[in-house]
Amino acid sequence: MAAAVPTQAPRSGAESPRDAAARPALVELLLFSDDAAECARATVDWLAERGGARKSICALIDAESGTLKHVAAAGVSEGQIESLHLALEAPDHPLVFALAGREPVSLGKRRAPDSWRNDFLAIPLPLSEAWEARQGLLLVSPARCEPEARWAAEMLGQKIAHLRASAATAGSAHKVQRERELLLNILNASPDPILLTDPEGRMIIDSAADPILVTDSSGKILLMNSPAERLFTAPDLDERAEAERAVRSNDAHFSSFISNLFLTGSGLRWRGEIPLTNPSTLQPLPVEAVAGKVMSEHGEVTAVVTILHDRTEAIEKARLYEQLKAASEQLEEKVREATAELVRRNELLQRQHLELEQASQLKSQFLANMSHEFRTPLNAILGYTSMLLQGVSGDLAAPQKNKMLRVDSNARHLLSIIKDILDISRIEAGKMPLHLEEFEMPALVAELLAEVEPLIQKARLQTLTDLRRGNALVVSDRQKVKQIVLDLLTNAIKFTPHGQVKVMVREDQRRGEVSIAVEDTGIGIAPQDQDKVFEDFRQADNSVTREYGGAGLGLAICRRLAKMLDGRIELQSRLGRGSTFTLVIPRKGKRQ
Amino acid sequence: MSINAKSTRRPIVLVVDDFADNREMYSEYLSFAGYDVIEARNGLEAIDAARQRLPDIIIMDLSLPVMDGWEATRRLKADERTRRIPVVALTGHALAGHSKVAQEAGCDSFLAKPCLPDQLVAEIRRMLESGKAVVTTTKGAS
Repeated sequence: MAAAVPTQAPRSGAESPRDAAARPALVELLLFSDDAAECARATVDWLAERGGARKSICALIDAESGTLKHVAAAGVSEGQIESLHLALEAPDHPLVFALAGREPVSLGKRRAPDSWRNDFLAIPLPLSEAWEARQGLLLVSPARCEPEARWAAEMLGQKIAHLRASAATAGSAHKVQRERELLLNILNASPDPILLTDPEGRMIIDSAADPILVTDSSGKILLMNSPAERLFTAPDLDERAEAERAVRSNDAHFSSFISNLFLTGSGLRWRGEIPLTNPSTLQPLPVEAVAGKVMSEHGEVTAVVTILHDRTEAIEKARLYEQLKAASEQLEEKVREATAELVRRNELLQRQHLELEQASQLKSQFLANMSHEFRTPLNAILGYTSMLLQGVSGDLAAPQKNKMLRVDSNARHLLSIIKDILDISRIEAGKMPLHLEEFEMPALVAELLAEVEPLIQKARLQTLTDLRRGNALVVSDRQKVKQIVLDLLTNAIKFTPHGQVKVMVREDQRRGEVSIAVEDTGIGIAPQDQDKVFEDFRQADNSVTREYGGAGLGLAICRRLAKMLDGRIELQSRLGRGSTFTLVIPRKGKRQ
Repeated sequence: MSINAKSTRRPIVLVVDDFADNREMYSEYLSFAGYDVIEARNGLEAIDAARQRLPDIIIMDLSLPVMDGWEATRRLKADERTRRIPVVALTGHALAGHSKVAQEAGCDSFLAKPCLPDQLVAEIRRMLESGKAVVTTTKGAS
């Protein structure tokens, strides 16, 4: 078995090619060996001893390195063995040429390297059905031992093909065994063993919305559920190229994730984010990957289970949250601005209020001054007129006296206008003080009627009073009530050519109000003019001013005064029939 | 002084007003109504005239140049010689508060302009009637 190849040069091989016992010996040797190199050596030895070969070499193809390697030799030099080691990519090499065919090739007849000129016969080992790969060559010299060599090559070829097939089967068996172990490990590690064992469990994994992948430690995918398949296998789409690119990209990202797990992760679990792409939609699919290592009994990592969780929604939520935050910040900023603006405006308002107060003060001061300036000359006019009328400078003749009376009445009218304007200004400026006191309304009415008695007489009117239902004590500003009712009375007298003026006092206990109505049978006020009469400087008709005189401020002042008393003035009137002005005030002072 | 002498003597009225037309109008009417009238155009003149002539009553306009009526009244009321002379404030300032300030300055009564001459005479009569004893005593003392 361990015979040195070059020293066992056969001598009597030429006589024994047809040795009937020779062939079974080789077959027996080959039959009981499971090692390719051992078989090759036995074959070479047999050729030297029984096949008549002076020199023989067996070379097998090493699939991994892609080269021809000698495994056994007899009677050949070291140089010839060395030159046998060649890469299979050289098609012109006689050995490569021989390897590709099925028939023996005489190297001496071809342009072989010098070392092979010695009439070597290259016999390719036959292809087997099970192992359709080139296997190697059996080289013999001299060429006349070809029949034995061909038979030996046939035997060795079959044996090696068989050995390789067995090896391949053993490899597959080993892989299957490994996967079994892995799954068992997963089962042991998994809290719910049903998941992976039976078809039902498999369905459960598949029905899980999140993609689940099981990989080996190199990142090779061993198992995945349907959602994972959708990510890591290309769907049948029109845009297949893009989908495949997405799948490749997903694979790359996932492999990178797994290798990171082994590079950096010392724990059993590893968490990370993977920017995947959905191959069906080609939309970005950011996922959170949670990977768990499955350890074997010996502490080796046998598999990695990775669950991918779609982060699109979470990212969208985060984005929305950011937007919301930004919007909220914007809103906050706006509120801040608005608040600042409010503060600014408030300050402005305060300043304006102050300015207005100052302006109002100035206006009051101006009115006081104006009033003074008007009153001083009026004082002289009225004084001198009065003196002349009294005959201080001698008696006046009737025409002079009449004209002086007109000067007097106009001067008095002017004075009343000045007083009215001053009144309005004082009310507007809030400078009209209110003096509440308790008084009897009927007494006040009597007092008023006494005051206007001369006017009544002059106008030849009748006066009536109805005080029966108003005999109550009133708390109000007597002076102002008197001023209002006096104005209403003088108006009534002024605008009533004939007929009567009636004053009625009523108490409305339910509403806590007292009313003083002044009813006349005068010219009346048209409905469309009934609001106007309370406006400043307004009478129902401008021509009325000319006919009846007055600045048209009386009712405007009355309305303001009534408001000061927390009361009101009501008007009922029919054109040509007369008017009723009614002052209504609270019985017990101002309502708070 | 006898009762007769008192009744026949014309009371002296000091009219203080810077506006000549008013001052002279009142002056003429008061003379017509039987008073001796002296005139002053401002507060300072009023004080001088009051000290010299010791009038029975002073008609004091309040808005005056040089020295206003309030200040003049305060000084007159602070002076032993003149403090018993009644002062009637007469002003075109009709705003509330003026009469109060006038009272605080020592004015004995308050009339608002326009004030007709006969109204003024009525007020003078009323004041002199109510203060007759005082005025008489003062006169008698001097």
